[in-house]
Amino acid sequence: MVAVGDPPDAGCDGRDQGGLVGLDCDEAVHELYHYLDGELTEERRRLIAVHLDLCAPCAHAVGFEAELRQVIAQRCTDRVPDSLLQRVAAAIDEEQQGRGPGGPSGRHHVV
Amino acid sequence: MADQARFSELTMEFMPALYSAALRMTRNRADAEDLVQETYLKAYRGFGGFTEGTNLKAWLYRILTNTYINSYRAAKRRPEVADVEDVEDLYLYHRLATTDGNGPGRSAEDEALDSFTDDEVKAAIESLPEAFRMAVLLADVEGFSYKEIAEITDVPIGTVMSRIHRGRRALQKALHAFAEERGLVASVSGPSGD
Repeated sequence: MVAVGDPPDAGCDGRDQGGLVGLDCDEAVHELYHYLDGELTEERRRLIAVHLDLCAPCAHAVGFEAELRQVIAQRCTDRVPDSLLQRVAAAIDEEQQGRGPGGPSGRHHVV
Repeated sequence: MADQARFSELTMEFMPALYSAALRMTRNRADAEDLVQETYLKAYRGFGGFTEGTNLKAWLYRILTNTYINSYRAAKRRPEVADVEDVEDLYLYHRLATTDGNGPGRSAEDEALDSFTDDEVKAAIESLPEAFRMAVLLADVEGFSYKEIAEITDVPIGTVMSRIHRGRRALQKALHAFAEERGLVASVSGPSGD
């Protein structure tokens, strides 16, 4: 954490707490995305979890990143136009009846 | 072997996600609709080769991605080889977090996150160069694992990880620009900027 700039309530430099925190903040931040992605080995995951339990600034930053990810996923949904549902259903029907064309039937652009 | 008769029943639930992904990829509604239709047709034709019980969503995304790359990207004048600028970790956090934000209730930076609109987030994703846009989209919007993304995009897993990581940081910078436009953050540099 220290290496990349001080968070609002900076104070943890991890190293002071040495063995207690398990990792220093730089290591924890470095692996933060893998941690949130669930892509760490169980051993590394536990080390980060212990660090986060003991280091409020890092826990705060991780909380922010997790929230950001949710916001990104929630904001990126689009309603499927009924016309598209109908087009796809019709194209599959046509294909089922064995008279499907080679590609998408009619690239008519719905406004 | 998957039964073609059950194709619609099994695959239609994925259309909203596929359509959103198609919109982010093509950045164009008409192309996105064509891309989704073509994906479903190809998937229907190839459904016999899909093993039921394996990852249907990833299988459909692989078809979507390949179709996009082969049919839509090819139509562009030149392939996009752009890179993203190096942005530091926790870029947005350091700029949205405020020194007085630790009172009871939600923090100032969480409030700021909530204020991003659908259009801003979509535009930020669409601003990323293609390779990074696909990686971030598949990871953060669709929730695929690194390994699944490697399989969907046919890219080595190390490259996938690097693209997700760098793409996310570039995305944070793009989001920050929107926050700046709206006066949510000071425009020169954040609390850590020195």
